Amino acid sequence: MDALVAGLTVFVLAVFVGWEVITKIPPLLHTPLMSGSNAMSGITLIGALTLAGASEDHLSGWVTFLGTLAVIFATINVVGGFGVTHRMLGMFVRKK
Amino acid sequence: MSSATINLIYLVAAVMFILALKGLTHPRTAVRANLTAAVGMLIAIIVTLSMAGISLMWIIVGIVIGSIIGAVMAIRTPMTGMPQMVALLNGFGGIASVLVAGGALVMELGGAEIPTSQFLIATAVSGLIGAVTFTGSLVAFGKLQGLISGQSILLPARQLTNASLFIVAVLLSAWMVRSPDSSEWILLLLTIVSLVLGVLLVLPIGGADMPVVIALLNSYSGLAAAATGFVLENNMLIIAGSLVGASGIILTQIMCKAMNRSLTNVLFGVMDAGGGGSVPQDDIYAGKVKSTSPEEVAMLFDTARRVVIVPGYGMAVSQAQHSVRDLANLLGERGIEVEFGIHPVAGRMPGHMNVLLAEADVPYDQLKDLDDINPTFAQTDVVIVIGANDVVNPLARTDPNSPIAGMPILDVDKAGTVVVVKRSLSPGFAGIPNPLFAADNALMMFGDGQAAMRELVAAVKES
Repeated sequence: MDALVAGLTVFVLAVFVGWEVITKIPPLLHTPLMSGSNAMSGITLIGALTLAGASEDHLSGWVTFLGTLAVIFATINVVGGFGVTHRMLGMFVRKK
Repeated sequence: MSSATINLIYLVAAVMFILALKGLTHPRTAVRANLTAAVGMLIAIIVTLSMAGISLMWIIVGIVIGSIIGAVMAIRTPMTGMPQMVALLNGFGGIASVLVAGGALVMELGGAEIPTSQFLIATAVSGLIGAVTFTGSLVAFGKLQGLISGQSILLPARQLTNASLFIVAVLLSAWMVRSPDSSEWILLLLTIVSLVLGVLLVLPIGGADMPVVIALLNSYSGLAAAATGFVLENNMLIIAGSLVGASGIILTQIMCKAMNRSLTNVLFGVMDAGGGGSVPQDDIYAGKVKSTSPEEVAMLFDTARRVVIVPGYGMAVSQAQHSVRDLANLLGERGIEVEFGIHPVAGRMPGHMNVLLAEADVPYDQLKDLDDINPTFAQTDVVIVIGANDVVNPLARTDPNSPIAGMPILDVDKAGTVVVVKRSLSPGFAGIPNPLFAADNALMMFGDGQAAMRELVAAVKES
Protein backbone atom coordinates (compact mmCIF):
# COMPACT_ATOMS: atom_id res chain seq x y z
CA MET A 1 0.00 0.00 0.00
CA ASP A 2 2.92 2.35 0.72
CA ALA A 3 4.01 2.27 -2.89
CA LEU A 4 0.50 3.16 -4.00
CA VAL A 5 0.35 6.18 -1.69
CA ALA A 6 3.81 7.31 -2.75
CA GLY A 7 2.77 6.99 -6.39
CA LEU A 8 -0.46 8.88 -5.76
CA THR A 9 1.47 11.68 -4.07
CA VAL A 10 3.68 12.10 -7.10
CA PHE A 11 0.66 11.88 -9.41
CA VAL A 12 -1.40 14.54 -7.64
CA LEU A 13 1.52 16.94 -7.26
CA ALA A 14 2.48 16.52 -10.92
CA VAL A 15 -1.08 17.25 -11.99
CA PHE A 16 -0.96 20.52 -10.05
CA VAL A 17 2.41 21.49 -11.52
CA GLY A 18 1.12 20.63 -14.99
CA TRP A 19 -2.03 22.66 -14.41
CA GLU A 20 -0.13 25.77 -13.31
CA VAL A 21 2.32 25.64 -16.19
CA ILE A 22 -0.01 24.60 -18.98
CA THR A 23 -2.78 27.12 -18.29
CA LYS A 24 -0.24 29.81 -19.26
CA ILE A 25 0.24 28.38 -22.74
CA PRO A 26 -1.51 30.68 -25.29
CA PRO A 27 -4.12 29.33 -27.77
CA LEU A 28 -1.61 30.13 -30.50
CA LEU A 29 0.46 27.14 -29.41
CA HIS A 30 -2.27 24.69 -28.49
CA THR A 31 -1.66 22.38 -31.45
CA PRO A 32 2.09 22.10 -30.78
CA LEU A 33 1.20 21.55 -27.11
CA MET A 34 -0.96 18.59 -28.09
CA SER A 35 1.58 17.02 -30.41
CA GLY A 36 4.40 17.71 -27.96
CA SER A 37 2.53 16.25 -25.03
CA ASN A 38 1.71 13.29 -27.25
CA ALA A 39 5.40 12.70 -27.59
CA MET A 40 5.79 12.95 -23.81
CA SER A 41 3.08 10.35 -23.24
CA GLY A 42 5.34 8.11 -25.32
CA ILE A 43 7.28 7.80 -22.06
CA THR A 44 5.61 4.38 -21.76
CA LEU A 45 8.50 3.49 -24.05
CA ILE A 46 10.75 3.05 -21.03
CA GLY A 47 8.29 0.52 -19.62
CA ALA A 48 8.11 -1.19 -22.99
CA LEU A 49 11.92 -1.39 -23.12
CA THR A 50 12.11 -3.27 -19.83
CA LEU A 51 9.62 -5.84 -21.19
CA ALA A 52 11.04 -6.24 -24.68
CA GLY A 53 14.52 -6.48 -23.23
CA ALA A 54 13.71 -8.83 -20.34
CA SER A 55 15.98 -11.85 -20.49
CA GLU A 56 15.17 -13.90 -17.40
CA ASP A 57 14.93 -17.68 -17.51
CA HIS A 58 11.46 -19.17 -18.05
CA LEU A 59 10.28 -15.91 -19.52
CA SER A 60 7.01 -16.17 -21.38
CA GLY A 61 7.37 -15.34 -25.06
CA TRP A 62 4.29 -13.18 -24.64
CA VAL A 63 6.25 -10.67 -22.59
CA THR A 64 8.75 -10.15 -25.39
CA PHE A 65 5.98 -10.02 -27.97
CA LEU A 66 3.82 -7.49 -26.10
CA GLY A 67 6.91 -5.51 -25.12
CA THR A 68 8.20 -5.27 -28.69
CA LEU A 69 4.81 -4.20 -30.01
CA ALA A 70 4.66 -1.57 -27.28
CA VAL A 71 8.16 -0.38 -28.20
CA ILE A 72 6.98 0.12 -31.79
CA PHE A 73 3.88 2.13 -30.85
CA ALA A 74 5.62 4.20 -28.18
CA THR A 75 8.52 4.97 -30.51
CA ILE A 76 6.11 6.20 -33.18
CA ASN A 77 4.69 8.47 -30.51
CA VAL A 78 8.05 9.79 -29.42
CA VAL A 79 9.65 10.24 -32.85
CA GLY A 80 6.47 11.34 -34.62
CA GLY A 81 5.40 13.63 -31.78
CA PHE A 82 8.65 15.48 -31.21
CA GLY A 83 9.39 15.52 -34.94
CA VAL A 84 6.13 17.05 -36.04
CA THR A 85 6.15 19.52 -33.15
CA HIS A 86 9.59 20.69 -34.18
CA ARG A 87 8.46 21.11 -37.77
CA MET A 88 5.34 22.96 -36.72
CA LEU A 89 7.10 25.32 -34.31
CA GLY A 90 9.58 26.24 -37.02
CA MET A 91 6.67 27.82 -38.89
CA PHE A 92 5.78 30.25 -36.14
CA VAL A 93 7.77 33.34 -37.04
CA ARG A 94 7.50 36.99 -36.14
CA LYS A 95 6.99 39.78 -38.60
CA LYS A 96 10.24 40.74 -40.28
CA MET B 1 23.73 1.47 -12.11
CA SER B 2 21.85 1.27 -8.84
CA SER B 3 18.14 1.79 -8.90
CA ALA B 4 18.61 4.97 -6.89
CA THR B 5 20.87 6.41 -9.58
CA ILE B 6 18.44 5.39 -12.30
CA ASN B 7 15.55 7.04 -10.49
CA LEU B 8 17.60 10.20 -9.97
CA ILE B 9 18.25 10.41 -13.67
CA TYR B 10 14.55 9.84 -14.34
CA LEU B 11 13.92 12.80 -12.06
CA VAL B 12 16.20 14.94 -14.23
CA ALA B 13 14.24 13.86 -17.29
CA ALA B 14 10.93 14.67 -15.58
CA VAL B 15 12.19 18.15 -14.69
CA MET B 16 13.15 18.66 -18.31
CA PHE B 17 9.59 17.80 -19.33
CA ILE B 18 8.20 20.41 -16.96
CA LEU B 19 10.70 23.02 -18.19
CA ALA B 20 9.68 22.15 -21.73
CA LEU B 21 6.02 22.85 -20.97
CA LYS B 22 7.08 26.13 -19.40
CA GLY B 23 8.95 27.03 -22.59
CA LEU B 24 5.87 26.34 -24.66
CA THR B 25 4.23 29.43 -23.18
CA HIS B 26 5.90 31.61 -25.83
CA PRO B 27 6.63 30.98 -29.51
CA ARG B 28 10.13 32.40 -29.09
CA THR B 29 11.14 29.73 -26.59
CA ALA B 30 8.94 26.93 -27.91
CA VAL B 31 11.39 25.32 -30.33
CA ARG B 32 14.01 25.01 -27.62
CA ALA B 33 11.35 23.72 -25.23
CA ASN B 34 10.43 20.90 -27.57
CA LEU B 35 14.08 19.96 -27.94
CA THR B 36 14.47 20.00 -24.15
CA ALA B 37 11.65 17.49 -23.82
CA ALA B 38 13.15 15.33 -26.56
CA VAL B 39 16.53 15.30 -24.83
CA GLY B 40 14.79 14.43 -21.55
CA MET B 41 13.16 11.50 -23.30
CA LEU B 42 16.48 10.40 -24.77
CA ILE B 43 18.12 10.49 -21.34
CA ALA B 44 15.31 8.38 -19.87
CA ILE B 45 15.65 5.84 -22.69
CA ILE B 46 19.44 5.55 -22.42
CA VAL B 47 19.27 5.07 -18.66
CA THR B 48 16.64 2.36 -19.07
CA LEU B 49 18.77 0.54 -21.61
CA SER B 50 21.73 0.64 -19.26
CA MET B 51 19.86 -1.39 -16.65
CA ALA B 52 21.29 -4.81 -15.87
CA GLY B 53 20.04 -7.80 -17.84
CA ILE B 54 18.47 -5.94 -20.76
CA SER B 55 18.84 -7.78 -24.02
CA LEU B 56 18.79 -5.46 -26.99
CA MET B 57 17.66 -7.59 -29.90
CA TRP B 58 13.90 -7.03 -29.85
CA ILE B 59 14.33 -3.50 -28.57
CA ILE B 60 16.34 -2.57 -31.64
CA VAL B 61 13.75 -4.18 -33.91
CA GLY B 62 10.96 -2.22 -32.24
CA ILE B 63 12.80 1.08 -32.16
CA VAL B 64 13.85 0.86 -35.80
CA ILE B 65 10.33 0.08 -37.01
CA GLY B 66 8.76 2.71 -34.75
CA SER B 67 11.30 5.39 -35.70
CA ILE B 68 10.79 4.87 -39.40
CA ILE B 69 7.00 5.09 -39.12
CA GLY B 70 7.20 8.04 -36.73
CA ALA B 71 9.70 9.95 -38.87
CA VAL B 72 7.68 9.43 -42.03
CA MET B 73 4.56 10.66 -40.25
CA ALA B 74 6.37 13.69 -38.84
CA ILE B 75 7.89 14.70 -42.17
CA ARG B 76 5.06 13.81 -44.52
CA THR B 77 1.92 14.90 -42.70
CA PRO B 78 0.70 18.20 -44.15
CA MET B 79 -0.39 20.84 -41.65
CA THR B 80 -3.98 20.37 -42.83
CA GLY B 81 -3.69 16.76 -41.67
CA MET B 82 -2.51 17.70 -38.19
CA PRO B 83 -5.79 16.86 -36.40
CA GLN B 84 -5.68 13.36 -37.85
CA MET B 85 -2.07 12.88 -36.89
CA VAL B 86 -2.62 14.02 -33.32
CA ALA B 87 -5.62 11.68 -33.10
CA LEU B 88 -3.51 8.79 -34.32
CA LEU B 89 -0.67 9.57 -31.91
CA ASN B 90 -3.14 9.70 -29.02
CA GLY B 91 -4.31 6.25 -30.00
CA PHE B 92 -0.80 4.83 -30.24
CA GLY B 93 -0.01 6.19 -26.80
CA GLY B 94 -3.11 4.43 -25.48
CA ILE B 95 -2.35 1.06 -27.03
CA ALA B 96 1.28 1.21 -25.92
CA SER B 97 0.08 1.58 -22.32
CA VAL B 98 -2.26 -1.41 -22.69
CA LEU B 99 0.51 -3.55 -24.12
CA VAL B 100 2.99 -2.58 -21.41
CA ALA B 101 0.47 -3.22 -18.64
CA GLY B 102 -0.47 -6.57 -20.18
CA GLY B 103 3.14 -7.60 -20.66
CA ALA B 104 3.99 -6.60 -17.11
CA LEU B 105 1.12 -8.71 -15.83
CA VAL B 106 2.25 -11.77 -17.77
CA MET B 107 5.76 -11.28 -16.45
CA GLU B 108 4.54 -10.87 -12.88
CA LEU B 109 2.42 -14.01 -13.10
CA GLY B 110 5.47 -15.93 -14.32
CA GLY B 111 7.30 -14.95 -11.13
CA ALA B 112 7.17 -16.55 -7.72
CA GLU B 113 4.84 -14.11 -6.01
CA ILE B 114 1.18 -13.35 -6.58
CA PRO B 115 0.64 -9.86 -7.97
CA THR B 116 -0.48 -7.33 -5.37
CA SER B 117 -3.87 -5.65 -5.47
CA GLN B 118 -2.24 -2.35 -6.36
CA PHE B 119 -0.57 -3.97 -9.32
CA LEU B 120 -3.82 -5.53 -10.52
CA ILE B 121 -5.90 -2.38 -10.06
CA ALA B 122 -3.36 -0.29 -11.94
CA THR B 123 -3.20 -2.88 -14.72
CA ALA B 124 -6.98 -2.88 -15.04
CA VAL B 125 -7.13 0.94 -15.15
CA SER B 126 -4.35 1.08 -17.70
CA GLY B 127 -6.09 -1.54 -19.85
CA LEU B 128 -9.42 0.25 -19.64
CA ILE B 129 -8.23 3.80 -20.37
CA GLY B 130 -5.60 2.74 -22.87
CA ALA B 131 -7.99 0.61 -24.92
CA VAL B 132 -10.74 3.27 -24.93
CA THR B 133 -8.13 5.81 -26.05
CA PHE B 134 -6.92 3.53 -28.81
CA THR B 135 -10.19 2.76 -30.57
CA GLY B 136 -11.70 6.15 -29.73
CA SER B 137 -8.74 7.82 -31.40
CA LEU B 138 -8.96 5.53 -34.42
CA VAL B 139 -12.62 6.48 -34.88
CA ALA B 140 -11.71 10.17 -34.49
CA PHE B 141 -8.95 9.66 -37.04
CA GLY B 142 -11.39 7.99 -39.43
CA LYS B 143 -13.84 10.86 -39.10
CA LEU B 144 -11.20 13.54 -39.62
CA GLN B 145 -9.66 11.72 -42.56
CA GLY B 146 -13.10 11.31 -44.10
CA LEU B 147 -12.95 7.50 -43.94
CA ILE B 148 -16.17 7.42 -41.95
CA SER B 149 -18.94 9.98 -41.85
CA GLY B 150 -18.11 13.10 -39.86
CA GLN B 151 -21.75 13.38 -38.85
CA SER B 152 -23.05 12.04 -35.58
CA ILE B 153 -23.68 8.34 -35.99
CA LEU B 154 -26.45 7.50 -33.59
CA LEU B 155 -26.99 3.92 -32.54
CA PRO B 156 -30.18 2.96 -30.74
CA ALA B 157 -29.97 2.83 -26.92
CA ARG B 158 -26.34 3.95 -27.06
CA GLN B 159 -26.46 5.56 -23.63
CA LEU B 160 -27.64 2.29 -22.11
CA THR B 161 -25.12 0.23 -24.10
CA ASN B 162 -22.24 2.46 -23.07
CA ALA B 163 -23.26 2.48 -19.42
CA SER B 164 -23.59 -1.32 -19.44
CA LEU B 165 -20.21 -1.77 -21.08
CA PHE B 166 -18.62 0.53 -18.53
CA ILE B 167 -20.19 -1.39 -15.66
CA VAL B 168 -19.01 -4.68 -17.17
CA ALA B 169 -15.50 -3.21 -17.39
CA VAL B 170 -15.57 -2.18 -13.72
CA LEU B 171 -16.85 -5.63 -12.68
CA LEU B 172 -14.13 -7.31 -14.70
CA SER B 173 -11.55 -5.12 -12.97
CA ALA B 174 -12.90 -6.17 -9.59
CA TRP B 175 -12.83 -9.80 -10.68
CA MET B 176 -9.20 -9.39 -11.73
CA VAL B 177 -8.22 -8.19 -8.28
CA ARG B 178 -10.13 -11.07 -6.64
CA SER B 179 -8.61 -13.81 -8.76
CA PRO B 180 -5.00 -12.98 -9.62
CA ASP B 181 -4.37 -16.48 -10.99
CA SER B 182 -6.54 -16.00 -14.03
CA SER B 183 -6.04 -12.24 -14.23
CA GLU B 184 -4.35 -12.29 -17.63
CA TRP B 185 -7.48 -13.71 -19.28
CA ILE B 186 -9.73 -11.30 -17.46
CA LEU B 187 -7.47 -8.44 -18.58
CA LEU B 188 -7.83 -9.64 -22.16
CA LEU B 189 -11.60 -9.64 -21.78
CA LEU B 190 -11.52 -6.22 -20.13
CA THR B 191 -9.40 -4.86 -22.97
CA ILE B 192 -11.83 -6.18 -25.58
CA VAL B 193 -14.81 -4.63 -23.79
CA SER B 194 -12.92 -1.32 -23.56
CA LEU B 195 -11.97 -1.41 -27.22
CA VAL B 196 -15.67 -1.67 -28.11
CA LEU B 197 -16.52 1.08 -25.63
CA GLY B 198 -13.98 3.41 -27.25
CA VAL B 199 -15.62 2.98 -30.66
CA LEU B 200 -19.12 3.55 -29.31
CA LEU B 201 -18.14 6.63 -27.32
CA VAL B 202 -16.69 8.53 -30.27
CA LEU B 203 -18.99 7.39 -33.11
CA PRO B 204 -21.89 9.68 -32.09
CA ILE B 205 -19.71 12.80 -31.93
CA GLY B 206 -19.96 15.16 -34.90
CA GLY B 207 -17.20 16.95 -36.75
CA ALA B 208 -17.36 20.35 -35.08
CA ASP B 209 -17.10 18.74 -31.64
CA MET B 210 -13.84 17.07 -32.63
CA PRO B 211 -11.63 19.65 -30.84
CA VAL B 212 -13.16 18.52 -27.54
CA VAL B 213 -12.78 14.83 -28.32
CA ILE B 214 -9.18 15.14 -29.46
CA ALA B 215 -8.26 17.13 -26.37
CA LEU B 216 -9.99 14.59 -24.15
CA LEU B 217 -8.32 11.61 -25.82
CA ASN B 218 -5.03 13.46 -25.44
CA SER B 219 -5.69 13.58 -21.74
CA TYR B 220 -6.63 9.88 -21.64
CA SER B 221 -3.42 8.88 -23.36
CA GLY B 222 -1.57 10.66 -20.56
CA LEU B 223 -3.68 9.08 -17.85
CA ALA B 224 -3.11 5.64 -19.38
CA ALA B 225 0.64 6.26 -19.23
CA ALA B 226 0.31 7.36 -15.59
CA ALA B 227 -1.66 4.19 -14.78
CA THR B 228 1.09 2.15 -16.39
CA GLY B 229 3.47 4.04 -14.12
CA PHE B 230 1.54 2.65 -11.14
CA VAL B 231 1.82 -0.85 -12.62
CA LEU B 232 5.59 -0.57 -12.95
CA GLU B 233 5.97 1.63 -9.86
CA ASN B 234 7.87 4.07 -12.04
CA ASN B 235 7.63 7.75 -11.08
CA MET B 236 8.86 8.95 -14.46
CA LEU B 237 5.80 7.46 -16.12
CA ILE B 238 3.51 8.80 -13.43
CA ILE B 239 4.88 12.35 -13.74
CA ALA B 240 4.92 12.48 -17.53
CA GLY B 241 1.52 10.84 -17.71
CA SER B 242 -0.07 13.26 -15.29
CA LEU B 243 1.43 16.27 -17.10
CA VAL B 244 -0.14 15.09 -20.35
CA GLY B 245 -3.36 14.24 -18.53
CA ALA B 246 -3.53 17.75 -17.10
CA SER B 247 -2.74 19.32 -20.45
CA GLY B 248 -5.52 17.42 -22.19
CA ILE B 249 -8.03 18.26 -19.47
CA ILE B 250 -7.16 21.96 -19.63
CA LEU B 251 -7.62 22.01 -23.40
CA THR B 252 -10.88 20.09 -23.08
CA GLN B 253 -12.13 22.64 -20.61
CA ILE B 254 -11.11 25.56 -22.83
CA MET B 255 -12.89 23.99 -25.80
CA CYS B 256 -16.07 23.33 -23.82
CA LYS B 257 -16.06 26.89 -22.49
CA ALA B 258 -15.63 28.22 -26.01
CA MET B 259 -18.83 26.44 -26.98
CA ASN B 260 -20.62 27.16 -23.74
CA ARG B 261 -21.38 23.47 -23.39
CA SER B 262 -20.57 21.01 -20.67
CA LEU B 263 -18.37 18.04 -21.36
CA THR B 264 -21.30 15.71 -20.69
CA ASN B 265 -23.32 17.57 -23.27
CA VAL B 266 -20.60 17.25 -25.90
CA LEU B 267 -20.04 13.55 -25.20
CA PHE B 268 -23.58 12.36 -24.66
CA GLY B 269 -25.87 15.14 -25.86
CA VAL B 270 -26.87 15.67 -29.44
CA MET B 271 -27.10 19.17 -30.81
CA ASP B 272 -30.63 20.12 -31.57
CA ALA B 273 -29.96 20.25 -35.29
CA GLY B 274 -32.46 21.88 -37.63
CA GLY B 275 -35.17 22.55 -35.12
CA GLY B 276 -32.96 24.80 -33.02
CA GLY B 277 -33.60 28.50 -32.69
CA SER B 278 -36.91 30.21 -32.46
CA VAL B 279 -36.87 32.00 -35.81
CA PRO B 280 -37.28 30.16 -39.12
CA GLN B 281 -34.54 30.64 -41.69
CA ASP B 282 -36.76 32.25 -44.37
CA ASP B 283 -37.88 35.08 -42.09
CA ILE B 284 -34.32 35.97 -41.31
CA TYR B 285 -32.86 35.88 -44.80
CA ALA B 286 -35.82 36.84 -47.05
CA GLY B 287 -34.93 39.89 -49.12
CA LYS B 288 -32.25 41.07 -46.73
CA VAL B 289 -29.19 39.19 -47.88
CA LYS B 290 -26.93 41.29 -50.10
CA SER B 291 -24.40 39.54 -52.26
CA THR B 292 -21.24 41.22 -53.43
CA SER B 293 -18.39 40.80 -55.91
CA PRO B 294 -14.61 40.78 -55.42
CA GLU B 295 -14.41 44.16 -57.18
CA GLU B 296 -16.82 45.71 -54.73
CA VAL B 297 -14.92 44.33 -51.78
CA ALA B 298 -11.65 45.60 -53.25
CA MET B 299 -13.19 49.08 -53.31
CA LEU B 300 -14.04 48.77 -49.64
CA PHE B 301 -10.34 48.38 -48.91
CA ASP B 302 -9.60 51.75 -50.57
CA THR B 303 -10.84 53.60 -47.55
CA ALA B 304 -10.18 50.95 -44.89
CA ARG B 305 -7.57 51.44 -42.25
CA ARG B 306 -8.08 48.27 -40.27
CA VAL B 307 -9.12 44.83 -41.56
CA VAL B 308 -9.70 41.67 -39.53
CA ILE B 309 -9.82 38.24 -41.14
CA VAL B 310 -11.83 35.55 -39.33
CA PRO B 311 -11.00 32.04 -40.55
CA GLY B 312 -12.99 28.87 -39.85
CA TYR B 313 -12.92 25.22 -40.78
CA GLY B 314 -14.09 26.17 -44.31
CA MET B 315 -10.73 27.84 -44.90
CA ALA B 316 -8.96 24.57 -44.09
CA VAL B 317 -11.31 22.56 -46.31
CA SER B 318 -10.79 24.78 -49.34
CA GLN B 319 -7.06 25.19 -48.59
CA ALA B 320 -7.46 28.94 -48.81
CA GLN B 321 -4.82 29.85 -46.23
CA HIS B 322 -2.17 30.79 -48.81
CA SER B 323 -4.53 33.07 -50.73
CA VAL B 324 -5.63 34.56 -47.42
CA ARG B 325 -2.01 35.31 -46.62
CA ASP B 326 -1.57 36.96 -50.04
CA LEU B 327 -4.54 39.19 -49.32
CA ALA B 328 -3.23 40.08 -45.87
CA ASN B 329 0.21 40.95 -47.28
CA LEU B 330 -1.29 43.01 -50.07
CA LEU B 331 -3.39 45.01 -47.63
CA GLY B 332 -0.45 45.35 -45.30
CA GLU B 333 1.64 46.86 -48.10
CA ARG B 334 -1.02 49.53 -48.52
CA GLY B 335 -0.64 50.54 -44.91
CA ILE B 336 -3.79 48.81 -43.73
CA GLU B 337 -3.57 47.17 -40.33
CA VAL B 338 -4.46 43.49 -40.76
CA GLU B 339 -5.11 41.03 -37.96
CA PHE B 340 -6.64 37.58 -37.70
CA GLY B 341 -9.39 36.82 -35.18
CA ILE B 342 -9.27 33.18 -34.19
CA HIS B 343 -12.01 31.46 -32.22
CA PRO B 344 -10.83 28.66 -29.90
CA VAL B 345 -13.03 26.04 -31.59
CA ALA B 346 -12.45 27.17 -35.18
CA GLY B 347 -11.27 24.06 -37.00
CA ARG B 348 -11.03 20.51 -35.83
CA MET B 349 -8.52 20.74 -33.01
CA PRO B 350 -7.26 23.33 -30.54
CA GLY B 351 -5.02 25.80 -32.34
CA HIS B 352 -5.82 24.38 -35.79
CA MET B 353 -6.19 27.77 -37.55
CA ASN B 354 -2.99 29.12 -36.00
CA VAL B 355 -0.96 26.25 -37.38
CA LEU B 356 -2.45 26.56 -40.86
CA LEU B 357 -1.79 30.29 -41.00
CA ALA B 358 1.69 29.90 -39.55
CA GLU B 359 2.43 27.39 -42.28
CA ALA B 360 1.28 29.98 -44.82
CA ASP B 361 3.91 32.35 -43.35
CA VAL B 362 1.50 34.62 -41.52
CA PRO B 363 3.56 36.12 -38.65
CA TYR B 364 2.19 34.92 -35.34
CA ASP B 365 1.89 38.43 -33.92
CA GLN B 366 -1.03 38.94 -36.32
CA LEU B 367 -2.92 35.95 -34.91
CA LYS B 368 -5.20 37.15 -32.11
CA ASP B 369 -7.45 35.12 -29.89
CA LEU B 370 -11.04 35.84 -28.95
CA ASP B 371 -10.40 38.03 -25.91
CA ASP B 372 -7.83 40.18 -27.68
CA ILE B 373 -9.69 40.72 -30.92
CA ASN B 374 -13.24 41.26 -29.69
CA PRO B 375 -12.77 44.78 -28.25
CA THR B 376 -11.24 45.90 -31.56
CA PHE B 377 -14.15 45.14 -33.89
CA ALA B 378 -15.82 48.49 -33.26
CA GLN B 379 -12.71 50.20 -34.68
CA THR B 380 -12.43 47.79 -37.59
CA ASP B 381 -13.51 48.94 -41.04
CA VAL B 382 -13.79 45.60 -42.82
CA VAL B 383 -14.04 42.05 -41.49
CA ILE B 384 -13.59 39.12 -43.85
CA VAL B 385 -15.19 35.95 -42.51
CA ILE B 386 -13.96 32.93 -44.42
CA GLY B 387 -15.43 29.50 -43.80
CA ALA B 388 -16.74 30.30 -40.33
CA ASN B 389 -20.40 30.37 -39.32
CA ASP B 390 -21.50 29.46 -35.81
CA VAL B 391 -18.57 31.24 -34.15
CA VAL B 392 -19.75 34.58 -35.59
CA ASN B 393 -23.49 34.04 -35.07
CA PRO B 394 -24.93 36.94 -33.02
CA LEU B 395 -27.83 34.69 -31.93
CA ALA B 396 -25.41 33.39 -29.29
CA ARG B 397 -25.72 36.82 -27.64
CA THR B 398 -29.33 37.63 -28.39
CA ASP B 399 -31.46 34.48 -28.43
CA PRO B 400 -31.49 32.62 -25.11
CA ASN B 401 -33.36 29.71 -26.74
CA SER B 402 -30.74 29.15 -29.41
CA PRO B 403 -28.65 25.97 -29.14
CA ILE B 404 -25.56 28.17 -29.12
CA ALA B 405 -26.94 30.67 -26.57
CA GLY B 406 -24.19 32.04 -24.35
CA MET B 407 -21.38 30.71 -26.52
CA PRO B 408 -18.63 33.33 -26.73
CA ILE B 409 -18.50 34.53 -30.33
CA LEU B 410 -16.37 36.86 -32.38
CA ASP B 411 -18.37 40.10 -32.47
CA VAL B 412 -17.75 40.75 -36.14
CA ASP B 413 -21.18 42.41 -36.53
CA LYS B 414 -19.78 45.42 -34.64
CA ALA B 415 -17.35 46.20 -37.45
CA GLY B 416 -18.05 48.70 -40.26
CA THR B 417 -18.61 46.12 -42.98
CA VAL B 418 -18.59 42.34 -42.72
CA VAL B 419 -17.82 40.35 -45.86
CA VAL B 420 -18.77 36.69 -45.50
CA VAL B 421 -17.09 34.29 -47.91
CA LYS B 422 -19.26 31.19 -48.08
CA ARG B 423 -20.61 28.71 -50.61
CA SER B 424 -24.27 29.22 -49.70
CA LEU B 425 -26.52 30.28 -46.86
CA SER B 426 -26.50 26.73 -45.47
CA PRO B 427 -26.30 26.55 -41.70
CA GLY B 428 -23.16 25.52 -39.78
CA PHE B 429 -22.77 22.64 -37.37
CA ALA B 430 -25.35 24.01 -34.95
CA GLY B 431 -27.94 23.79 -37.73
CA ILE B 432 -29.32 27.28 -37.18
CA PRO B 433 -29.60 30.30 -39.47
CA ASN B 434 -27.18 33.16 -38.94
CA PRO B 435 -28.78 36.65 -38.79
CA LEU B 436 -25.34 38.11 -39.45
CA PHE B 437 -25.76 37.20 -43.14
CA ALA B 438 -28.83 39.44 -43.32
CA ALA B 439 -27.42 42.30 -41.25
CA ASP B 440 -27.31 45.80 -42.77
CA ASN B 441 -23.53 45.92 -42.68
CA ALA B 442 -23.02 42.41 -44.05
CA LEU B 443 -22.19 41.40 -47.62
CA MET B 444 -22.14 37.83 -48.85
CA MET B 445 -19.44 36.80 -51.28
CA PHE B 446 -20.64 33.41 -52.47
CA GLY B 447 -18.15 30.86 -53.71
CA ASP B 448 -15.47 28.37 -52.81
CA GLY B 449 -13.10 29.84 -50.24
CA GLN B 450 -9.90 29.51 -52.18
CA ALA B 451 -11.35 30.62 -55.52
CA ALA B 452 -13.07 33.60 -53.92
CA MET B 453 -9.86 34.62 -52.16
CA ARG B 454 -7.87 34.40 -55.38
CA GLU B 455 -10.40 36.59 -57.19
CA LEU B 456 -10.33 39.04 -54.34
CA VAL B 457 -6.53 39.21 -54.39
CA ALA B 458 -6.64 39.82 -58.16
CA ALA B 459 -9.27 42.53 -57.74
CA VAL B 460 -7.26 44.30 -55.05
CA LYS B 461 -4.15 44.20 -57.24
CA GLU B 462 -6.05 45.84 -60.08
CA SER B 463 -7.75 48.54 -58.07
